[in-house]
Amino acid sequence: MAFTAFAGTATAVAEPAPRRRSPIALLLLLPGIFYLILFFVTPLISLVITSLQAPDPLIFGQYVNAFNWQNYVAVLEQYWPQAIRSAGYAALATLFALLIGFPLAYFIGITLRPFPLLQSLALVLVIAPFFISFLLRTLAWKQIFSVEGPVAGILSSLGALPPGVSITGTTFSVVFGLTYNFIPFMVLPIYATLVSLDLRLLEAGNDLYGSPATTFRTVTLPLSAAGVMSGTLLTFIPAAGDYINASREFLGATDTTMIGNVIEANFLVLQNFPAAAALSLILMAFILVLVAAYVKRSGTEDLL
Amino acid sequence: MKGFGKYAIWAYSIMAFVFLLIPIAYTVAFSFNDSRRTNIIWSGFTLENWLTVCEAQGVCEAFGNSLLIGVAATILATTLGTMIAIALVRYRFRFRNATTLLIFLPMATPEVVLGAGLAAQFLQAGVPKGIGTVILAHTLFCLSFVVVTVRSRVVSLNPALEEAGRDLYASPVQVFWRITFPMLLPGIVAAALLSFALSFDDFIITNFNRGADVTFPSYIYTAAARGIPAEANVIASAVFFLAIALVLIAQLSAAARRRQLAKAA
Amino acid sequence: MTNNEVPKSGFAEAGADLELVGITKRFPGFTAIEELDLTIPAGSFFALLGPSGCGKTTTLRLIAGLEEPTAGRILIGGKDVTATKAYQRPVNTVFQSYALFPHMTILQNVAFGLKRRGITNADALAHEALQLVELDHVAGRKPTQLSGGQQQRVALARAVVNRPALLLLDEPLGALDLKLRRQMQVELKDIQSEVGLTFLHVTHDQEEAMTMADTVAVMNKGRIEQMGPPQELYELPHTAFVAKFLGQSNLFTGDVVSTSSRTLVIDAAGSKIEVPTARAQRHNGRITVGVRPEKVTLHDAAPVADSGRNVIGPGRITDVSFSGVSTQYEVTVPHVGAITVFAQNTSISTLHHDGDTVWLSWAIDHAFGLADEADAEPVSRFHADLDTSMIAVQSRKDLEAELEEA
Ligand SMILES: Nc1ncnc2c1ncn2[C@@H]1O[C@H](COP(=O)(O)OP(=O)(O)OP(=O)(O)O)[C@@H](O)[C@H]1O
Ligand SMILES: [Mg+2]
Repeated sequence: MAFTAFAGTATAVAEPAPRRRSPIALLLLLPGIFYLILFFVTPLISLVITSLQAPDPLIFGQYVNAFNWQNYVAVLEQYWPQAIRSAGYAALATLFALLIGFPLAYFIGITLRPFPLLQSLALVLVIAPFFISFLLRTLAWKQIFSVEGPVAGILSSLGALPPGVSITGTTFSVVFGLTYNFIPFMVLPIYATLVSLDLRLLEAGNDLYGSPATTFRTVTLPLSAAGVMSGTLLTFIPAAGDYINASREFLGATDTTMIGNVIEANFLVLQNFPAAAALSLILMAFILVLVAAYVKRSGTEDLL
Repeated sequence: MKGFGKYAIWAYSIMAFVFLLIPIAYTVAFSFNDSRRTNIIWSGFTLENWLTVCEAQGVCEAFGNSLLIGVAATILATTLGTMIAIALVRYRFRFRNATTLLIFLPMATPEVVLGAGLAAQFLQAGVPKGIGTVILAHTLFCLSFVVVTVRSRVVSLNPALEEAGRDLYASPVQVFWRITFPMLLPGIVAAALLSFALSFDDFIITNFNRGADVTFPSYIYTAAARGIPAEANVIASAVFFLAIALVLIAQLSAAARRRQLAKAA
Repeated sequence: MTNNEVPKSGFAEAGADLELVGITKRFPGFTAIEELDLTIPAGSFFALLGPSGCGKTTTLRLIAGLEEPTAGRILIGGKDVTATKAYQRPVNTVFQSYALFPHMTILQNVAFGLKRRGITNADALAHEALQLVELDHVAGRKPTQLSGGQQQRVALARAVVNRPALLLLDEPLGALDLKLRRQMQVELKDIQSEVGLTFLHVTHDQEEAMTMADTVAVMNKGRIEQMGPPQELYELPHTAFVAKFLGQSNLFTGDVVSTSSRTLVIDAAGSKIEVPTARAQRHNGRITVGVRPEKVTLHDAAPVADSGRNVIGPGRITDVSFSGVSTQYEVTVPHVGAITVFAQNTSISTLHHDGDTVWLSWAIDHAFGLADEADAEPVSRFHADLDTSMIAVQSRKDLEAELEEA
């Protein structure tokens, strides 16, 4: 999968060595697998157990192990708007990130190919946001969009924004923040597939089909499909679970809360652990079903 | 793309770059803001914040914690991940597909779920939350990224080189340290840098598992409500410039090497 | 040197002999080597020739220990090394793909094997080896900064510097231009005879094999078709494959019509062709006989009958190609087919022209009789393996084995 984009490593050239059976494999695998079982699989099991817990009849605020599957029904009844909103926001953010990210990746990977130094510089600019804290970047947008900020000022002087109406705390600002924050995750995998694209294919396409639009549709797009797929997954997954952009301290308001905010609130504030666990598992199941369907449709079984 | 399309893509991309860089410019600019308590409104240029970074309460301590966590998680994740990557490419073993799935799953799991799951686990096991639990949590989510990054490097490694090593009297251990490892090093370094960046900037998983300890992102999160001190901008800007400088140096020296190679050929 | 140690004992005093006993190598769904027996005496220069994909590289890899045989034994210097690891065998390889270590300088590459064996003056020896291949001036460069031919010479130096008892060369001169190639051939031969090492040399270049090797083996589809001194292989090929692969041959197939103690006669579509009995692999039934093109002489008129020569004709020249030293003629004889003739351009008057009617003759002593028939399609030994149903069966077996383990 084009996660490799981050590493900037080239694609495979030589045929890989044949796989052998050896006890060394076990030695190499065991520590990491043990780690994953201890800190990924067991927490998931803990989550499942927690999600089925019932309130302790004796001590208020404590929970005991049970098989209280009604927790799932309860959280869905209570939080379905946030769940749907999360999916919607994440989908919108992914779409916008693709609209902004694909041309950008094309620009860096293909247009800039004759200028290697400019190309590396452009790549650095895409990665640059990673190096400034995620939270500070989001706060910066909040302040740019705030009532005293430049954007609101320009818009209201143009009469496009009624005075006193804020841009932050809206669906727009949350989707905007999500889009902004995850654009590099979209650009890098697409860039990785485009950068290794043989330019002669494009030339051949222009030769055979004539119109650049047709070449793009019949050659460029199919060949970058793998990158687009990892890019959309890498954007959608964190966006669906994000709660920074949607939280009130950042770009959101009470009516823009996403499922992440609800999980956080239930876990860290309300200390309603079963509800938080049930919501987490619902979110994870939703994403896994989506990933599986997506992978199946695009025919790339080998995700890693 | 010809003619109009060519200009359009340049214009569009430059706009996209500006869009990407606006909040960075904003953050850097406000590190020079002569603010008293909150750093929201521009009130004049000063170098004061840069000179007295650590005077704002807790900023430097949080930064130090983040560094410590980043380094520890990077070492752990890179070691474990590299081992798995080599095994995945080079060996046949039982439960291969299950292992691949196990490595892929954490990447497909939203951070809230990972954070909440680990927190629930630590809660049940009675482990006190703090820097230690944050390191363990970060190692987990960095691990998968390391495996994927290093794996592609192992795949592209020409097996004939290791065979040549064996043919030239190098024992399996020597073949690994003198041939395999140096060849994988660029991939391992890239994976380590990625791990560090992911860990350093992580907030969500950290927030579930940090207990009372404060990292740099969690410091910003808490401070956001009452206004971030300009010193936080100073630290973020400094990290940004350092990272960009390192990346640029690496890129430029690679370009210089390319030119030298072209000349030698 | 015990079996579990890296050979540290300095340089090989002399070459070791190599013996392959019943070696078979099967890859999933494909048999690359079948029942191969081969003995290479110590100190000899052995060349392995064969078409692409016939199993030459696989044979070398088996000997080097980079591949394990499915069956059979490998003995080097009389010791069974079948179960020995590659790094413990007193063998070095010049890889077809060079396989230079890209992260090391040329000098480090060449000194690598010496250092692993703990030889003290490794760098000095490496410089010496580089001088031998005329590349000491690039000792400080990285492999990517060299041309293909230079890399190939480094690969050669890196193997030769170890003075192994047995040196395996997989087309080590393939990327070199003719002049450098000739020069390297001389160097190689010098190194080989100086220390008396055993060389096993794989090449596509027949001339190279013939000029350098004491013994040439022709391999086809995982088997050695014939081996022997170059001249013998050329003058007396045993099979149609060897006759055609090594140089060119004119082959005629027909029934044996008479046999004497000295010669036998076949009837090839009406033409009688005589072959010395001693030079024929089979003596009755339908057999194929042949003669090399340069042994055939052209005549403007029917030559006078001579008991020592075979004569066919008349035929018509259909193609003439002049190549300076010699001229190649294509002559079509009715019922017999096309015959190739090489004629030395010793005098202008002997030139024949396209369309001329000619007779052909050659000394009976130059004819050879083959063990197989030329035109019958050779039976493919690996047919079954390549069959898709076989591959399906094989992969199914693999899958079952895997499932069993899980
Ligand atoms: N690892 C492998 N798995 C399956 N088949 C293989 C493998 N290695 C080699 N083969 C097959 O074995 C046969 C012999 O290969 P080998 O490399 O020995 O040929 P070669 O004689 O060296 O050819 P060339 O002259 O082209 O180098 C080929 O048909 C090849 O496809
Ligand atoms: Mg070969």
